[in-house]
Amino acid sequence: MLKLDRIWKTYKVGAFGNKELTAVRDVSFDVGPGEVVSLIGESGSGKTTIGRMVLRLNSVSRGKILFDGTDISTIGRGQLKEYYRKVQGVFQDPFSSYNPIFKADRVFYMIKDQYFPRVKGSEWAERIDGALRDVRLDPAQVLNKFPHQLSGGQLQRMLIARALLLDIKILVADEIISMLDASTRIDVLNLLADLKARGLGILFVTHDLALGNYISTRTVILRKGVAVEMGETAKVFADPQHPYSKVLLGSVPQLHKKWSQVAAELKLDDTAAVEHCVYHDKFPGECGQPPTDPEQPPVVEYQPGHFVACAKEGREHLEDLLAAA
Amino acid sequence: MSLRVENLRVYYRTLRGNVQALDGVTFRLEDGEIMGVAGESGCGKTTLSKSLIRLDGRMQYIEGSVELDGARLPVDKQEEMNNFRYTEVSIIPQYAMSAMMPIRRIGRMISELLQSRGYDYQTILPELRRRIELVGLPENVLDRYPIELSGGMKQRMVLVISTLLNPSLLIADEVTSALDVSTQKAVAEALVEFRDREFVKSMIVVTHDISLVYQIADTIMVMYAGKLAEKASTEVIVESPLHPYTQLLISSLPEVGVRYADKQLGGIPGSPPQLLNPPKGCRFRDRCPLAFDKCVEEPPFVEVAPGHSVACWKVN
Repeated sequence: MLKLDRIWKTYKVGAFGNKELTAVRDVSFDVGPGEVVSLIGESGSGKTTIGRMVLRLNSVSRGKILFDGTDISTIGRGQLKEYYRKVQGVFQDPFSSYNPIFKADRVFYMIKDQYFPRVKGSEWAERIDGALRDVRLDPAQVLNKFPHQLSGGQLQRMLIARALLLDIKILVADEIISMLDASTRIDVLNLLADLKARGLGILFVTHDLALGNYISTRTVILRKGVAVEMGETAKVFADPQHPYSKVLLGSVPQLHKKWSQVAAELKLDDTAAVEHCVYHDKFPGECGQPPTDPEQPPVVEYQPGHFVACAKEGREHLEDLLAAA
Repeated sequence: MSLRVENLRVYYRTLRGNVQALDGVTFRLEDGEIMGVAGESGCGKTTLSKSLIRLDGRMQYIEGSVELDGARLPVDKQEEMNNFRYTEVSIIPQYAMSAMMPIRRIGRMISELLQSRGYDYQTILPELRRRIELVGLPENVLDRYPIELSGGMKQRMVLVISTLLNPSLLIADEVTSALDVSTQKAVAEALVEFRDREFVKSMIVVTHDISLVYQIADTIMVMYAGKLAEKASTEVIVESPLHPYTQLLISSLPEVGVRYADKQLGGIPGSPPQLLNPPKGCRFRDRCPLAFDKCVEEPPFVEVAPGHSVACWKVN
């Protein structure tokens, strides 16, 4: 449904825009119906940039983003409005997503004015009630209130309800629960899982590996704009191959398991295994950077459905590919 | 014994009345202990950490006493607290990222800070250098401006500055929440290292992330709506908590390895009570699945096993 085909993003930085900063390098993946793909990375990994490019809030420097076969990075205004009927986003801070001087339910009426001007007021109110129930909110509790009168979890769910009023196929969820309290965030997470079961495709952007692991069907781990490892969530988390994925997994504080125990399980003490990177040998430079030859595949399939940018175990496979190329 | 807090009450003054943010807190902290304080936003954990070192303008001391190493800590008197701040009690603030003077080189800033406390920079410099090396910062960091450091480096630099005079008590307030996971681990391990080397005697680590305090703390204190819910050793809190709030909170945390498809976690329905006019009795009553008639009375915070205290009628 949504397919990212080797996309790049370069920002102009510096006083006169004379420097370039590559935020996303050669990332490809797709999101199908009923699938949650989580983009996991630390700050500066390009995960938010990818989400914004999908929402057309940033332009794409190179590569294509295809939605049902059309390249959305070049479509004009009229088509863009139709695109937003199907693809919507929810962002991190629920309090700054709303205009504080208007009531929070204004977001629903803005959708009506823009997309459904002919729907009658009473029918629209029914649709709002339906959407709010879908996100497990009591309409009487949240309608006709100002943003400051509602909790972060309620506001975040209202934004999801707003997206559901449109007949969306893809939801870009950019860190939507990182500002919520521990006792309420799991409810929003379960809600996303329900929507997924109903056939919605979700691009789940997060820095928290535990959340990504809990909900997603597939995982993309990003580092400095490069997808270092991706594949089915169960495979990536059970058997991480890329040294960076291992370090990341070893740094997450876990309940019931101390850091030292996790480090032993992942063999993080074995520095040779952790630091070794095939790309270092073939293409000197920073670990995790894609090869300079544009025709070269940036990641190799280590196992069916499990892709790694560089790994000791994937080395032979990679060398075969390099020899073929 | 290092720290003893008795029935501490600190309210926030607002136009509509007093917000009872910290309402009768009693606990002890032993020498060499790292205590994690965990809870959701608005539970009073930051108020607790602030009231042990400096009350800001809106905060009003109501009652209670704080004793550090046998001496009474005058938390209600701002002037007298100056004798204890930095030398006996020190803090790494919530926004340590912006805690350093932006227009001074870090070395000069530290020398001015030490001067204001009556210490000589040159005599302390060798020790400062040693500690900078210990936390893995480059040697020339003293000649740099704060803006030249990354978030994790700033956080470690503030840790070194805060503990330079070997305070008895260090309060670390959400020190890792703005950091990436890999730098978070480095900062958390530096905290433990400083305790092990006795640069600080004891430490209070305030955080919303229970899994982080599980990694570094000896004991965990769980707070809810301005009161203590449960305090016990880390293992007990995580493996066999007794207070229903702690149980629900721990079971709502997604972990690496837990997947929605295999096991669906549940949150805690409802939201914490308003502290402007808090309900009488147990404050968790409205959200508690075990609540019964007696919960309209306030449960005492009592020790049910050695080192394990709970405030719940069902347990007592």
